[in-house]
Amino acid sequence: MDPLLKVVIVDESPVRSAIIEEGLREAGFTQVTRIEEMANLLARIYALDPDVIVIDLENPSRDVLEQMFQVSRIVKRPIAMFVDQSDAASIQASVDAGVSAYIVGGLVKERVKNILDLCISRFNAFSRLQTELDQAKTALEDRKVIDRAKGILMKAKNLTEEEAYALLRKTAMNEKKKIAEIAQSVITASEMFK
Amino acid sequence: MNEDPRLRIGFIPLADAAALIVAVDKGFTTDEGLDVELKREVSWSNVRDKLNIGLFDAAHLLAPVAIASSLGLGHVRVPILAPFNLGLNGNAITVSPDLYAALAASVEGDLANPMNSAKAMARVVAERRARGRDPLAFGMTFPFSTHNYQLRFWMAAGGVNPDEDVRLVVLPPPYMVESLANKHVDAFCVGAPWNSVAVDLGVGRILHFVSEILARAAEKVLAVRERWAQDNPNLLLRLVRAHGRAAGFIEESDNHAEVAAILAAPNRIGVDAEVIMRTLAGRLKVSPDGAVRTSNRYLLVGRANAARPDPVQAAWLYAQMVRWKQTELSDTLLAQAVAVFRPDIYDQAVGVPGPMPAGEPADGVGAFAGPAFSPKDVAGYLRTWAIPGR
Repeated sequence: MDPLLKVVIVDESPVRSAIIEEGLREAGFTQVTRIEEMANLLARIYALDPDVIVIDLENPSRDVLEQMFQVSRIVKRPIAMFVDQSDAASIQASVDAGVSAYIVGGLVKERVKNILDLCISRFNAFSRLQTELDQAKTALEDRKVIDRAKGILMKAKNLTEEEAYALLRKTAMNEKKKIAEIAQSVITASEMFK
Repeated sequence: MNEDPRLRIGFIPLADAAALIVAVDKGFTTDEGLDVELKREVSWSNVRDKLNIGLFDAAHLLAPVAIASSLGLGHVRVPILAPFNLGLNGNAITVSPDLYAALAASVEGDLANPMNSAKAMARVVAERRARGRDPLAFGMTFPFSTHNYQLRFWMAAGGVNPDEDVRLVVLPPPYMVESLANKHVDAFCVGAPWNSVAVDLGVGRILHFVSEILARAAEKVLAVRERWAQDNPNLLLRLVRAHGRAAGFIEESDNHAEVAAILAAPNRIGVDAEVIMRTLAGRLKVSPDGAVRTSNRYLLVGRANAARPDPVQAAWLYAQMVRWKQTELSDTLLAQAVAVFRPDIYDQAVGVPGPMPAGEPADGVGAFAGPAFSPKDVAGYLRTWAIPGR
């Protein structure tokens, strides 16, 4: 590991790139820069003169980086770690995580492998956070729908809250559906009867 | 060998993915017993890499990338085959209103003539240099792209040296319009629908359809790994046959509305169907003031034998890679490049097409300037283009 390696993170997601930067800094890399603005990307990268560039696979600007491969323009030729077929497991891990890296300074691959590994784990951590956030949002939405359906049932059938919930749950089990789906049907039906 | 009919095929949301998208969404691939999952991608690098490492079985790919990959240019060498040509032409050169005005002020004759416009560009470039202004910047989609070669071919014919006099920069197609509006570039060459989007927003003016520069230019191909083709010969034929049917369907003008609706879907190209209709009809609004230009060559999907891969096109693209110093000239590399295009597989799957219709260029390329192209004498062809002092 070489803490003086200059690493540039190209990512339009500020949260994710902050997570990666933090990871790299914790691992001892001191020269980490984030680029979130894609305009004039190549000029920004040339100005920073990095050794390693990390970019997410959902970023259309990956094609911009390809221009660095054109020999006529610059001396330093980058290597894409992603397409080095000698390490299939590493490729699969990068694709699954959605990250790719380019080594610019003619460095030995092994010296920067831990950077990619670190980025892969941080990318995965970020998607886990994203998933958890999405699940929390869905749970909150579901809760609102179920509460409304309970209210409708309590009024229409003169039930207690517990009884209304038990009815929703029993119906969901019988129909092999989620309680939120049944609750949504109750709301839809009640709106049609209005 | 058991061939698994579940295929994953990558594409970029562009109008010239039409044959692939229609083949799948009209059920032509299902009719051939294939179960295709289309995967929309955001960059050509992703498409190429995912095809190369086997995450995609086939892909909508820039024709020059198929060749570059097979020759190992810029990246690891992965032999690719192109058994079906998804489109000829389809790109346009769009310039900012300022650059258009400068060209119009410098041109001798009609600016719609590409030789006139290229010479006007040379004058604008010289004048900017004399005034110490920054060189003009041109957006294009990829180092190994027809867009790159079309821009270079055109401006070099007028005396502009694309490596010295201007800046050519790679821009992802969805960023082209914004970059033109923000003056990060002065012009770009890109496929449909992005030129029309720039015109509709009033930030650009279409200067040329690339079909005015080259009558026939292989744009995108259906690409598969050579290895995959060897392992799955029957799937390959069925896939190509479904594409042949789709290309025929797309070229019936009665079907244009349906095709445009299929392509416009949010998970396909995701733009207004009306914009796609313009491309299919070859009738484009070229100026924010509403002026329209019509061409029966704007994008050729199946007509004029467009879908049959033409080895002459592969040779021409290889010649451009040599001309612009992306690779060296050798008989071996030329033979490898030509072998990427596989009309024999097309013929086996779809049938041998009829004779080329009248009006198609005799050399298979039909450039607006320079000598006829011959794959037998690439060196001689390139000598005619040598720029003095290079």
